[in-house]
Amino acid sequence: MGITCGFELDGLIKRFGRTTAVDGVSLAAPRGQVLGLLGPNGAGKTTLVRVLATLLRPDAGEVRVAGIDVRRDPAAVRRRIALSGQHTSVDDELSGRANLVMIGRLLDLGRPAARRRATELLTRFGLDEAADRRVAGYSGGMRRRLDLAAAFVGQPEVVFLDEPSAGLDPGKRAELWQLIRGLADDGVTVLLTTQYLEEADALADAITVLDRGRVIASGTPAELKRQIGGHTIVLRPSYLADLGTAAGIVARVTGHEPDRSHRDELVAPVTGDGEFFEIAAELRAQGVELAELAFRMPSLDEVFRALTDLEEAA
Amino acid sequence: MTTIPAVLRHSTVLARRSLAKPSRNTGPLMNGVVTPALFMVLFLYLFGRPVAGSTAEYLQYLFPGALVMGAGLAGMVSTGTAINLDLKNGVTDRFRSLPIGRTAPLLGSVLADVLRYLAAVAILFALGAALGFRVHGSALAALGAVGLAILFGFCLSWVTVYLGVVLRSADGVLAVSFVAFVPLQLGSSMAAPTDTMPGWLQAWAEVNPVSHVMNACRALLNGTPDTGSIGAALLWSAGLFLVFCPLAVRAYGRQE
Repeated sequence: MGITCGFELDGLIKRFGRTTAVDGVSLAAPRGQVLGLLGPNGAGKTTLVRVLATLLRPDAGEVRVAGIDVRRDPAAVRRRIALSGQHTSVDDELSGRANLVMIGRLLDLGRPAARRRATELLTRFGLDEAADRRVAGYSGGMRRRLDLAAAFVGQPEVVFLDEPSAGLDPGKRAELWQLIRGLADDGVTVLLTTQYLEEADALADAITVLDRGRVIASGTPAELKRQIGGHTIVLRPSYLADLGTAAGIVARVTGHEPDRSHRDELVAPVTGDGEFFEIAAELRAQGVELAELAFRMPSLDEVFRALTDLEEAA
Repeated sequence: MTTIPAVLRHSTVLARRSLAKPSRNTGPLMNGVVTPALFMVLFLYLFGRPVAGSTAEYLQYLFPGALVMGAGLAGMVSTGTAINLDLKNGVTDRFRSLPIGRTAPLLGSVLADVLRYLAAVAILFALGAALGFRVHGSALAALGAVGLAILFGFCLSWVTVYLGVVLRSADGVLAVSFVAFVPLQLGSSMAAPTDTMPGWLQAWAEVNPVSHVMNACRALLNGTPDTGSIGAALLWSAGLFLVFCPLAVRAYGRQE
């Protein structure tokens, strides 16, 4: 399957001393796909990216990028990939243009070709005006765009984006998403790590959820949401004394004990708005006064809780 | 595998990057010009008369030592520190994910420093001449002295490059390099001939490779080339390079 695969991992294990950062992960992305790797801090996302990008050697398992074994021929892999890390890896003291030209030169482009490519990318990533200023004066968003541009100097087949939008405000994030989407449309295979469900949702053709170094779920964004039950109901009675009654109603309607980890709030998954209205009606009938009642898409926290609960139950 | 011409080409690109960075130029300027110049002027007027009878005479003896100091010995402090700082920056991850040899980023950094120290040497020569230093050897011998000092600086800097890769913090690199710098620089034939020293110090100063390089440069600049010290300086340079360059490159490749 090598040729049609952007990258594939089979049983990857990576340890640091006694901690196992990646514990038997298998996943694959066909060429041209955007795979979202979702997980909390410490899930092993960055380690996985670093193994794929030949920065770390795997302890066990098969890792192929663009059909090439990373252990057997890391140099050939490096000719086909690009990395844009969560810590921007551009040089502060050089201009945006100088950064890109330098990378072009390191990729063995001649000087005129490296300059042309830099100009092209600066335009594409909206950095024309800032091109000749030192990167030290760039905003967070500009810096991230430059870092991304740097990843594309060599026209890679596979690109690893490690939390590309970390630390960006929402407006800048949307702008970045558009850029990434555009790159994927050109047929590049993209691995994107993120902590934001929203981001994976917006960009990824498929999502793999990682927790403590293991894959705990994978599928298309739609499949994943179905798998974790969709919406959540959040309710807060006006009087703490009503909490027990309310919990009873939620449990009866949804068939789940609600999460009571908040002092005065109940949270429970619901399968559709029918259950939501039923709960509301029942609360009304029993005279429970409400301070808050909400019907929400699952937050990432809830996704993880739901998935890790499934994991532990299995 | 990456070929040697490719490594040299990529190193040149990276050396140019380093030279374009203003912050990388301050350290070498301080260490390559200011420090040796201070040592030269102070030693000259502190010890000139007691040691050599006159400052003019003493300058002929002292200047080659200051030259060796400026050509790379002082710089070994900033070379390792700069590499350590680079490693902590994300730029290194980018370099390591590019299809370039593992040697290129290190060699690029060191090559840039060599160019900086060439500039330092030129300034020191001007200062020495202003103080009254005269080259008595041929122009070729003088160039040989500069070349030898720079070559030794280049080879020695791989020790600090290795430290820069292996040690955790830039402060640590600076501390270790500085502690190594003092006995290497001062426990040598820089300020006085080794035969005037007490036995224990003489033993050290005569083993110290820096003494050999200084003796060789001194002899070349004073028109009395001495193959013995030149040979020792070359051997030491080759030895340091052959041991520490591969060690540094291996540690850099393994960095996780």
